[in-house]
Parts: sequence; C-alpha cells; structure tokens
Amino acid sequence: MSLNQLTHLNELEAESVFILREVAAQFEKPCILFSGGKDSIVLTYLAYKAFYPAKIPFPLVHIDTGHNFPETLVYRDELVKRLGADLVVGSVQKSIDEGKVVEEKGFNASRNKLQTVTLLDTLAGHKFDCACGGARRDEEKARAKERIFSHRDEFGQWNPKNQRPELWNIFNAKKDPGEHFRVFPISNWTEMDVWQYIYQEKIELPSLYYTHMRKCFYRDGQWLAADPDFIPRRPEEVVEEREVRCRTIGDVTCTGLTLSHAHSLEEIIDEIASTRVTERGGRADDKRSETAMEDRKKQGYF
Amino acid sequence: MQNNGYLEMKLLRFTTAGSVDDGKSTLIGRLLYDSKSIFEDQLEAVEEASRSRGNEEVNLALLTDGLRAEREQGITIDVAYRYFATPKRKFIIADTPGHIQYTRNMVTGASTADLAVILVDARHGIMEQTVRHSCIASLLRIPKVVVAVNKMDLVDFDSKVFDDISAAYTAMINKNGLEFKDVIFIPMCAKDGDNVVSRSELMPWYSGPSLLEHLEQVEIPGGDADSMRFPVQYVIRPISRQFPDFRGYGGRIAQGIIRVGDSIEVLPSGSKSTVTGIWLGEKQKEQAVAGESVCITIKDDIDISRGDVIASDSGVKPSMSNDFVLDVCWLRTSPLVCGKRYTIRHATQEVAGIVKEIEYKLDIDKQEKVYDIEQLTANDIARVHLKTAAPLVFDAYRDNRTMGSLIFIDGTNDTVGAGMIVESYD
Ligand SMILES: Nc1nc2c(ncn2[C@@H]2O[C@H](COP(=O)(O)OP(=O)(O)O)[C@@H](O)[C@H]2O)c(=O)[nH]1
Ligand SMILES: [Mg+2]
Repeated sequence: MSLNQLTHLNELEAESVFILREVAAQFEKPCILFSGGKDSIVLTYLAYKAFYPAKIPFPLVHIDTGHNFPETLVYRDELVKRLGADLVVGSVQKSIDEGKVVEEKGFNASRNKLQTVTLLDTLAGHKFDCACGGARRDEEKARAKERIFSHRDEFGQWNPKNQRPELWNIFNAKKDPGEHFRVFPISNWTEMDVWQYIYQEKIELPSLYYTHMRKCFYRDGQWLAADPDFIPRRPEEVVEEREVRCRTIGDVTCTGLTLSHAHSLEEIIDEIASTRVTERGGRADDKRSETAMEDRKKQGYF
Repeated sequence: MQNNGYLEMKLLRFTTAGSVDDGKSTLIGRLLYDSKSIFEDQLEAVEEASRSRGNEEVNLALLTDGLRAEREQGITIDVAYRYFATPKRKFIIADTPGHIQYTRNMVTGASTADLAVILVDARHGIMEQTVRHSCIASLLRIPKVVVAVNKMDLVDFDSKVFDDISAAYTAMINKNGLEFKDVIFIPMCAKDGDNVVSRSELMPWYSGPSLLEHLEQVEIPGGDADSMRFPVQYVIRPISRQFPDFRGYGGRIAQGIIRVGDSIEVLPSGSKSTVTGIWLGEKQKEQAVAGESVCITIKDDIDISRGDVIASDSGVKPSMSNDFVLDVCWLRTSPLVCGKRYTIRHATQEVAGIVKEIEYKLDIDKQEKVYDIEQLTANDIARVHLKTAAPLVFDAYRDNRTMGSLIFIDGTNDTVGAGMIVESYD
C-alpha cells in the first residue's frame, strides 16, 4: 500500500488533532474560545475527537457581547451538555457596567472592539494560560502571518515583527508568568475545507447557517439583521423580509447576511464554490482600515 | 453536489524562495489570481492599495504582504501562508522573505514544504540569496525543487538566457554538493502570468509544463513504510463509567503503518507489546498510516508516557543517543555559544543540551566551509556536535523529518535555532 494517501481533509484533521494534544500536554490551563460560529464548532468537534473517549480536558469560553442570535445560545448550551464540557461566559455587558469599557455610539456602533477587554479579563480571571481559537489564515491578511502557537505578552499583545520561528511541527509553548498563548489549530483550513469537513463528518450546525426568512435591512453593500433588533437604523433604511443565511456568525451587529436558497450542506458548498467575495467581505469590523485586523490583534484581539 | 470529487483531493505544501525582488510575492499573487482563488473584495482592496501607493499596475504582491510594515516598505518580512485549490489538488503556499536578515523566516516556511519554487531574476542570474536558499532547501530536505527563471519579459524571452542560468544553477548544485534529486527549470514572467498557469506563447522554445501543471502532477515520496514510528504525545485516560480502564496513547504517526495485531517496541525502555486498538474519535480502525493522528491501545500494561516512541518490532529500529552530529540553522541575533545550556525539543521530547563544538560553518558567499568557529549568529548555517542530558530516540533527518528535527530554546523562552540530526556522534 502506498503512503501519503491521506485526503486533504484527513491531513488537516490530523494536523489539528496533533496541535490540540500539544496544547493539552504543554499548557497548565488552556481553554477553547467558542463563538458559536462554524469555525469554533469545528474546532470543538476536533477537540472531542482528539481526546475521545476522555472528555475535552479544557473548558469552552464564550465572550458574550450581549448581541446574540438566540439560535447561537441554544446551540451553545446543547453542545456543552452533549460534550459534558465546562462553559465559561465572559460578558461584555458586565465590562460596560463596571466602567471598564465605553460603548460606541452611532449607527455603526459595535461591541466587537470592546470584546478584547472582556476577553483579556476573562483569561486573567480564570488564569488561563492558553486560548485556542478557530481563526484561519485564509480569512484575513494579518492572520495569514500569524503563528499557530502565537505568543502574547502580559498585556495580551501580539508582536508581528518579532514572532517566534515555528518549524516543522515542533511547538514551543514556553513563557514567563503572566504571559499567555493564543493557539490556532485550524490555521491551515480554508472556508471550503471547513464546509467540506462539516459535510464529511455530518456535524450539526445552528439553523442560522441554512437559508431562512428573516427581517433585515440593507446598508453599505450588505444585508444586516433587524431581528434581533440590535442595530439602530437610519430613517431611510427599511426593514424587509428576505431569504438569507449566515456565512460566518459573530455578534449580530457585525454579521452580514447572504441572500441564499441553500437549504442543505451540499447546496451551501456549491454556493461557496461559486461565490466571488470572501466571508469577511461581509464583516463591518474589517472594513474600518487596511490594517484593521493587525491593529486589533496588537491590542490583544483574538 | 458538483464538488463531490473535491472531497478526495491531496494536499501539496510548497514554499517560494529567492532573492529580494525576484518576484516571489508576485508569483503567488498570480497563481491565486489565475486559479480564481482571489475574491472580488480582496482584489478591490489590492487595487485600492496599489493606487494609493501610486503604482500604475495592480501590485499582486500586496495580496500576501499583509503586515503594515511590509506594505509600507514594499517587502516581505514574515512568512505568509496562502491557500488555493484546483480541481486536481489543494495547495498551501508559504511565501517567504528574500532579505538576508529574514532568512530564518524562509527556514520556517521551508521546514514543512514538500516542494520549493526558487525564483531567479533572468537579468541578474544566480545571486548570493539564491545560493543561500538553495542550501537551506537542500539542508531541510525539501523533496522537490523548481527553479523559476522569472522576468523573462525583461530579457526578450531569450532562450539563451534561460539555458545559461539553468546550466549555472546545475553547476552550483554540484559545487555545493546539494542533495536535490529532482530539479526542473521553468522560464517565466510572473507579472503577466507566462508559464505560471498556462503555457506561454511567447516562449515556444520551451516544451515543459507550466508551473501549475507541474505542481498538480508532482509526486511526493513517502517514507519507509515498514518501519513505523509513533512519538507518544498524550496519554488518554477517561476514568469514566463507560471506559473505566481505558488507557490510550495519542500521537501522530511519523512513518509507516500501524495495524491492529502488530508487534511493537516502546523506546527508550525496550518493552514489547501488541496493538489492540486504533481510535480516532468514536471510530475504531484496523490500520492507520503516516500523517494520521490516532489514539492507540496496547495489550500489556507497561509504563508509557509523553516523549516515548512506539516503533514497529520489525524493519529498521530508531537510534538512541545523547551525542549528535547536527546541522544547525541559527535563527536569532543572540549567538549560539559553545558550552551554553539550551532546552532542546525533539518530537515530543524535551531535554537540556549543550553544543560542545562547532565543526564548521558555511560561507555562502564564497561557497566554502569555515573552520575554527566559536559562535554562530543569526542566519548562520553550520555543522556542530550536540550533547543532550538524556538520550533521544531518533532517526537521521534525511530518513525522517519528524524523527530527525529539533529546535533550540534559550533562557528567554525564544526559539533560537533549528537542528537536523545527521547521525550519532562517536
Ligand atoms: N517585468 C517584470 N517584473 C516583475 C515580474 N515579476 C515580478 N516583477 C516585479 O518585481 C518587483 C518585485 O516583486 P515581488 O513579488 O515583490 O518580489 P519578492 O521580493 O520576490 O516577493 C515588483 O515590482 C514586481 O512587479 C516579471 O515577471 N516581470
Ligand atoms: Mg515578497
């Protein structure tokens, strides 16, 4: 039998499982950042596989902006129950109430940026020394540059100019007290890989990913949700009922909706194969400047 | 679903190398663009960024040069990973910097590559960095090499220029004793896409494949199938009602095949046993091959922990030693000092190590070995004698990348060097 016969999905899966086991072996108190998006769902699923028949040896952490699609929370709670995992919720509302951050104002206000403070507080409060995230390098040009084991200083900051060399599959998790790591086990997956894997493994997703009728409105070239009603609208922005689905799920205020007829995973994969814009093309937070992501990461963002 | 066959694709990891401005980032931009892997919003952003920098044409390099400092200086500083797929294959590209002070990032990109595309500017021919990167590609045992003679538009697509550079490159390989088994040369204009995706009409004298055709077809050799290697990563013990006595070993197969019923030997202890189960998630399998991450169970209750290696009881056994001949690429400005204590990470093991002696370092410029060296600094390539505090279970790097590679970590926790085991020292 010839070697080197793994399919690309099997090889990506094997790499991610290896990384997750390195996390368990090298850190004292790691966690998984769970956003409810498909990437963090796949990440959690991979962790389940990596340690089976034992439970995932670390908790899931959800940084809750308070602006959720209810479907996300239902899904999250069911998943945690099914896996027997621990859930830690960090609340942006609480950070606002405690005066640690100030809410943005105006029509494009978003809590996305405020999340960084809540995230760092939550990591520090629970003494997590590693947070695994579902970010992928194909999502964004600053992410394309980030290491899989990404070292953060005491302030949670990323230093893109002086990253540790990362060779072969040898990961160096050494750090000083107070520092921590972000680890990205699915760095090398593309959007298409994620969808194909969900299809191959028959992973259940929140209903938001499939097309459905929703009240929404049009702004700056994209559809946004009017239900749940978190985004203040200008007078000329009318609410219409449309057949939409999410390509990526974040907080309601920065999740663009795609007009779609895709009811099944097969249809979603076909739709993505023919689409001509990136999934983050619909994310308002990235459009703020050319290096918006790098700047947020330097401050400690995911 | 139209893309069903697409689930069965194979993955090829490749890296670009070559001197600054030879066109590495442009080539990758071109591959992404011509294989329709660039989305409209990405292209718009690059067009906008090119315009605001006063470039007349769209600068495809901006697709990979994503950091602020890179965009400001117009150079690549760190490795960028890019992804694209054709109906035949899926690709992961590491775009690496050409500047000498960022050679370490080129090493990073090369360490996982199955193939290297080394670019040469047709006007300038072979430069110091071309030689340096070729040495690194050879040292890191990248199995396949493509030399892309780029910017053929600037030499009137002249076949003589291409032939001369190809001949000079072959001479350089021989002079330096580089271990390339399989090198091909492709004349190219990355900027306009000649011989990148489709064959160019401007160079009818060239009859070989386009770069993409080659990337889609090239076969990457597997390792020794009969000698299985499984570095133990993590012990899985559920202690649950359903699995009260389960004890499994998580790891990624570094070489060969594991089958249920196989006889195995655990190293360094030398204990022997038999494989009773191979798991991944809820599924049990009869066998698993190199590259797969699995959890295996064995018949006997023997002491196995992270850092041990499970090997097949047949075929070639791994070696054990605490004294090594090692090729080193130093990655940081803080020097490698003989006698200084470093932490060595090798596969899933971690031990203290000291470099006893630097045998020689390579002077890439003069293409010769320099002896009587006390220290190494950033980007130096050398052969050294390493001693470790405990024995490592290993194979020579030439036989297996995972079992033969290691990194140096210093007191600041930084990864400062990369090592490739040549053999045990005696
Ligand atoms: N005329 C010509 N210019 C090219 C070609 N390929 C790249 N260039 C230009 O060479 C310069 C350096 O390219 P870049 O991709 O940044 O090089 P890198 O440093 O190797 O990544 C840019 O101005 C490119 O537009 C080519 O085939 N022909
Ligand atoms: Mg470049």
